[in-house]
Amino acid sequence: MNPENARPIATTTPLPSKVVKDDEGELVAAAKAGDVSAFETLVGRYERKIFRLTQNITQNREDAEDAMQEAFLKAYEHLGNFEGNSRFYTWLVRIAVNQALMKLRKRRPNHVSLDEEIDTGEDTVPREVEDWGPSPEQRYEQTELSGILGQVIGELDPSFRTVFQLRDIDEMSTEETAEALGLSVPAVKSRLLRARLKLRQKLSRYFRQGEAS
Amino acid sequence: MKCTKVWEEISDYLDSGIDPVIRAEIEQHLLKCEKCRVVVDTTKKTIDIFCNSEPAPIPEDTRHRLYQALERKYKSCRP
Repeated sequence: MNPENARPIATTTPLPSKVVKDDEGELVAAAKAGDVSAFETLVGRYERKIFRLTQNITQNREDAEDAMQEAFLKAYEHLGNFEGNSRFYTWLVRIAVNQALMKLRKRRPNHVSLDEEIDTGEDTVPREVEDWGPSPEQRYEQTELSGILGQVIGELDPSFRTVFQLRDIDEMSTEETAEALGLSVPAVKSRLLRARLKLRQKLSRYFRQGEAS
Repeated sequence: MKCTKVWEEISDYLDSGIDPVIRAEIEQHLLKCEKCRVVVDTTKKTIDIFCNSEPAPIPEDTRHRLYQALERKYKSCRP
């Protein structure tokens, strides 16, 4: 999709989100009226989440930086097209996803579309069912744990990890995630289920009982 | 209810977005199936551990380039 076309799908009421703060609408209105500092408040609020998103999709630092930068520039340039029918953050995510996918396609031209049919087969059927230790977080140093989480999520197909990030890491609602990615709600639910089961399986390598830390 | 059905419903079960009848069937199944109890529990832990992870700060040079680009954009256009 052309990012310029990444306009919000009309909804009757804004959807709930734990990501978005109450003053977002005011900041957007001020930015539209030419208040640069209001726009920069929005950038500062979301830059880390957007960078993590573009990193998760592209799995490449340089591409992630470019995609994040392009997303914020396009958001500013096209802010006049944003009608407020969805959250600004949802609209921004949609632009960022498109930018990141364009980068990914340049590197892997035979890959990637988030709405393509994907294999949802046997690899998500739970095989390892050993219980985990009581507190996986306490078995690893924070930096080591971050490395493990980055490693396992990077092993997922982009269409899984993007849904997982928006839904479970950024805590967007299923409906917002569907809107941001241009997917149906059932498609988001299906991918989320597969992503969760795949990640559970992968993390079991590190967290199962008796595994040395 | 079979184990495979439980696995298909795990997401909705953990998100509390499930039909109460199916929820009751799953909970009945979990009482007698240790394998599924472990799968449900470790799937919940998977979500929790990622959910609690804060995004790392953007590297300063990356952030600097972002704000430089925005400065140029502010001069060249208005929303």
